[in-house]
Amino acid sequence: MNWLLIVILLGIMALGYRLGTRRSRQVAIEGKQRLQSLPAHYGMLVALWCGIPSLIVVILWIGASGGVLDALALAELPPAVAEADQGTQLRAIQRVMDLADGVGVADVATPEELTVADAVKRARTIWQLAVVAIAASLAIVGLVLTLRRITPRLKARDQIEWLVRLLLLASSTIAILTTVGIVLSMLSEALRFFTFVNPASFFFGTVWSPTFSSTGAGDAGEYGLLPLLWGTLLVTIIAMLVAVPVGLMTAIYLSNYARPSVRAFTKPIIEVLAGIPTIVYGFFALSTVGPALAGLGDLLGFPVNETSAMTAGLVMGIMIIPFISSLADDIITQVPGSLRDGSLGLGATPSETIRKVIIPAAIPGLVGAFILAVSRAIGETMIVVLAAGNSPVLQGNPFEAVSTITVSIVNQLTGDTDFAGPQSLVAFALGITLFVMTLALNVVAIFIVKKYRDQYR
Amino acid sequence: MEQPVSSVQVTGRDNQAATTPIKVSARGVDVFYGEKQAIKSVSINIPSRSVTAFIGPSGCGKSTFLRCINRMNDLIDSCRVTGEILIDADNVLDRSVDVVLLRARVGMVFQKPNPFPKSIYDNVAYGPKIHGLVRSKAEMDVIVEQSLRRAALWDEVKDRLKEPGNGLSGGQQQRLCIARAIAVSPEVILMDEPCSALDPIATAKIEELIDELRQNFTIIIVTHSMQQAARVSQQTAFFYLGILVETGSTEFMFTNPHDQRTQDYITGRFG
Amino acid sequence: MSSVAHAPSPVPASRTADLVAASLKRRRRQETRFKAYGIGCAALAVLFVAILFGTILRSGIPAFFQAVMSVDVYFDPEIVDVGPRPEPSEFPTTAAYDAAYLAWQNELAGINFGRIIEAAINAELETPAASRDLRVIYASNERFRLRDMVQADPGLIGQTVPFELIAGADVDVWVKGNIDRSLPESQQQLTLVQQQLVDGMVEDGTMHNVFATWIFTNVDSRSSPATAGLAGAFVGTLYMMLIVIVLTVPIGVAGAIYLEEFAPRNRFTDLVEININNIAFVPSIVFGLLGAAVFINALQLPLSAPIVGGLVLSLMTLPTIIIATRSVLRTVPPSIREAAFGLGASRVQVVFHHVLPLVIPGILTATIIGVAQAIGETAPLLLIGMNAFVANVPSGIFDQSTALPVQLYLWAANENQNFFAARTSAAIIVLLAMMILLNGLAIFLRQRLQTRW
Repeated sequence: MNWLLIVILLGIMALGYRLGTRRSRQVAIEGKQRLQSLPAHYGMLVALWCGIPSLIVVILWIGASGGVLDALALAELPPAVAEADQGTQLRAIQRVMDLADGVGVADVATPEELTVADAVKRARTIWQLAVVAIAASLAIVGLVLTLRRITPRLKARDQIEWLVRLLLLASSTIAILTTVGIVLSMLSEALRFFTFVNPASFFFGTVWSPTFSSTGAGDAGEYGLLPLLWGTLLVTIIAMLVAVPVGLMTAIYLSNYARPSVRAFTKPIIEVLAGIPTIVYGFFALSTVGPALAGLGDLLGFPVNETSAMTAGLVMGIMIIPFISSLADDIITQVPGSLRDGSLGLGATPSETIRKVIIPAAIPGLVGAFILAVSRAIGETMIVVLAAGNSPVLQGNPFEAVSTITVSIVNQLTGDTDFAGPQSLVAFALGITLFVMTLALNVVAIFIVKKYRDQYR
Repeated sequence: MEQPVSSVQVTGRDNQAATTPIKVSARGVDVFYGEKQAIKSVSINIPSRSVTAFIGPSGCGKSTFLRCINRMNDLIDSCRVTGEILIDADNVLDRSVDVVLLRARVGMVFQKPNPFPKSIYDNVAYGPKIHGLVRSKAEMDVIVEQSLRRAALWDEVKDRLKEPGNGLSGGQQQRLCIARAIAVSPEVILMDEPCSALDPIATAKIEELIDELRQNFTIIIVTHSMQQAARVSQQTAFFYLGILVETGSTEFMFTNPHDQRTQDYITGRFG
Repeated sequence: MSSVAHAPSPVPASRTADLVAASLKRRRRQETRFKAYGIGCAALAVLFVAILFGTILRSGIPAFFQAVMSVDVYFDPEIVDVGPRPEPSEFPTTAAYDAAYLAWQNELAGINFGRIIEAAINAELETPAASRDLRVIYASNERFRLRDMVQADPGLIGQTVPFELIAGADVDVWVKGNIDRSLPESQQQLTLVQQQLVDGMVEDGTMHNVFATWIFTNVDSRSSPATAGLAGAFVGTLYMMLIVIVLTVPIGVAGAIYLEEFAPRNRFTDLVEININNIAFVPSIVFGLLGAAVFINALQLPLSAPIVGGLVLSLMTLPTIIIATRSVLRTVPPSIREAAFGLGASRVQVVFHHVLPLVIPGILTATIIGVAQAIGETAPLLLIGMNAFVANVPSGIFDQSTALPVQLYLWAANENQNFFAARTSAAIIVLLAMMILLNGLAIFLRQRLQTRW
């Protein structure tokens, strides 16, 4: 029904376009004047004026109809329902709506329900007719008024382009809205969490043991961030120890030594690593790397957990290698060739040139790249969920299981979205902590990299 | 090291040039970029401790030839060089010649000043350090100071040796690069249009410096400007379309060239 | 100045040559070592790719082949004891027909097709086996396959048809040797009797491996792992892909056009740019939290639905598309814009008539790469309930659904790793194949349609 309405509206808009172009040609001939804009612009203007106001009405109706009808149904249903809890209300309303739609319901419908369903049905028809009437009249009014406004001097093009610009601008602001959305949504839920748990005991607590007793009152458990933070750091450090040397040396080799054919072959392969979803790395860690490490531990005679900070860190390091190597490759190739020539011209060997001239020149950019890599490692989820072992305890052995911020977010929130108790709300406190940490790292890194690029532009 | 291979009668009537020992001697040098031949059979003798200028319109191969002398063309994969270039008695194009040693003997100054993003001191100290020419900090200090003095930069930078080399003006940067090159004590210094990125005042300073340096070094300079060639060089070689058209004493070349093309170029008919 | 220049050379030139020559050996060794590190690291990176793909292919490819039993199923009328299927022509109204059909369906659903299967297996054996042993041998969902066959064609009752019966997960593990056969019986998934039963059937050829097409056509199943498939997850991912494309391409391209072609240099523009760059690096799980709080909790969109997943992934993909589109727009030489401006075109006309058509290939490539990235995302989907067990192919974007990477996660976390490790690898192969296909398409399009200036 609603879709049909929209299709009809689009039809009216097409008609408006035709009429607008015709009318504009006509006025040009009658007035023996050149049009200020192309006939198509007038057509579009008419189409927009007859379409957009009606479309807005229809869309408003589509958005609001559910709520309006629910409220209506609730008002018609026995008062006992209105006083009941939310779940009961929703179920009752759903039954009525199903009856109104002619879909069957479980059990036999009570007479009251049928009456309410009837009322809802009637109301809906009336409303829909009203919406159609309003939309149609708006379309016609827009059509007529705009057609009459058409004169050769009407700046149709400017008006259309103003709208286009507005749409473009609006699209570009989605990024800001996303950031605002992230901050606001997480902040508000996190603040609710802090009504249950003291911020100090969250940020400085050394014990993480949320209990999953029924929501709300009672023992909520302890929510100390530090064990998770430590686990995150441990995994990140291991990952960076793997990724930085390997990634950097790979970039150096590819940008300075490799023959073009080797480069053309190796670079895409390494970039394949970058495109693999992290869940695949997680499974790889769980099924291959973990058992291999444990076996190695057995061989050497010290206990190694299959899921541990080491397993997760190693695999995360592998995941970050291509990230670092392609960023570093970018940055190294931006070092002006004249510096390389200058050093080689003095008789330096290629490796001396790289170590003493190119890398020092690229250091700011490289540091930026490493910071971005750290930020990625901190926020990485699936590898640690599957391979870190989920043991939120403060301990220093990298071969033992740990837990991280991201793992705990997943654990606390999966399958639970009523957001009533600290058990689920803590995910948002963790989330905003994570967001702030990575945001700070990203801002610094992006700033450094940008500055570095400008330096050699 | 500086035994003359031979003494060659340089074209022209310049008697001084006739008795100068030869430092660099090229015989039948061809350079190819892939299939394209950039330099055709260039033979030239370059006398020791003097300034030789390569002139010619752009794309004529003068820079390419210059870069053959310290094998900087090795860095370009598609580039192939044949023939012989002798420095004293050694053929530098021979595959067995180590480019590291060659480039320590044949220094280079580039078109655009390219100081390393390091301090002024470290820029000059770079060459001696990588080559292991000094054993102590004190020795290094001496080399840095002397190199900067010889590049006529010492007085301007002696109080800020720890500051980055990029902070200097363009002319100062180029002199820093010259200081960096002479710190290694090369025998030959190649200069590839060293003043093209500089203003006239800085250019004059560099030209003056080049004139001083020829007391100790064999200098080969590629230049776009005939006036510059006339001012700083004793010998001039004119390249055109990959061919060495004519070579001789600068004075002679600019007053009475043999070849019509040289005549046309120096009188500004093309270029 | 001249007095300075006449200062003696710091190191005599001849000494330079000697000292450098003396250092050459050491420096050449150093050079070789450094280069070896480089080659080693690049090789290590390539080796990691090889190991990753190697292990996944090695464990995943066999999973595409599964044990089945070729048996003859006799639809015994005594067991399949139902009345004739109601036909529409027999009833005055469709409602009456629907009711009768439903009743017939219920009657059919009450029949134990397990007995038919057990009889069919027993027919292949020399000595009939006990029911409790047979029940393990076949995948339990095969009962429903038989039921559906009868429902579709009641004429089968009383007939004997050849049937490829999918073996149970534990049997498959045993046949493939994915469990150590030397373990004592107490640690085995199959009892000794069942082991012998299976081995006998393998020997006489009743049981053999076939390509498991049902991995692609079936939905996930908990009770019958052997018949679990990716169809539901695949469709869920497809819906999300569509939503991502529909939302991010217009918005992303419009945003990029604004920033590149219209935006004045001011604080607001800077703010937008900083935001875009940052969002590109915000951890994906944060978007999951956003989805849970805004789309599900505040806007009351359904849990586990592709619409929410699609929205979340769109927000994540948007910066990728904006950044990529901007860099393509930047490659258009200003001369093209100037030529159009010179003819009196407005900025909007210049952009939409002259610039945009030139960069469509670039936008296409960026979109494909962005989408390929998005379909591999797992973490945010876990927080919006897409890890729920869904036993249906979703029929719309508001239906409960799962997604390929999430299905992978569910299988990777399943306790029965003897069976599901291989199954997960198989799912990874499908996911990676999809991504490689998309990326290959992007590369192909880039090379095919690239505009050269």
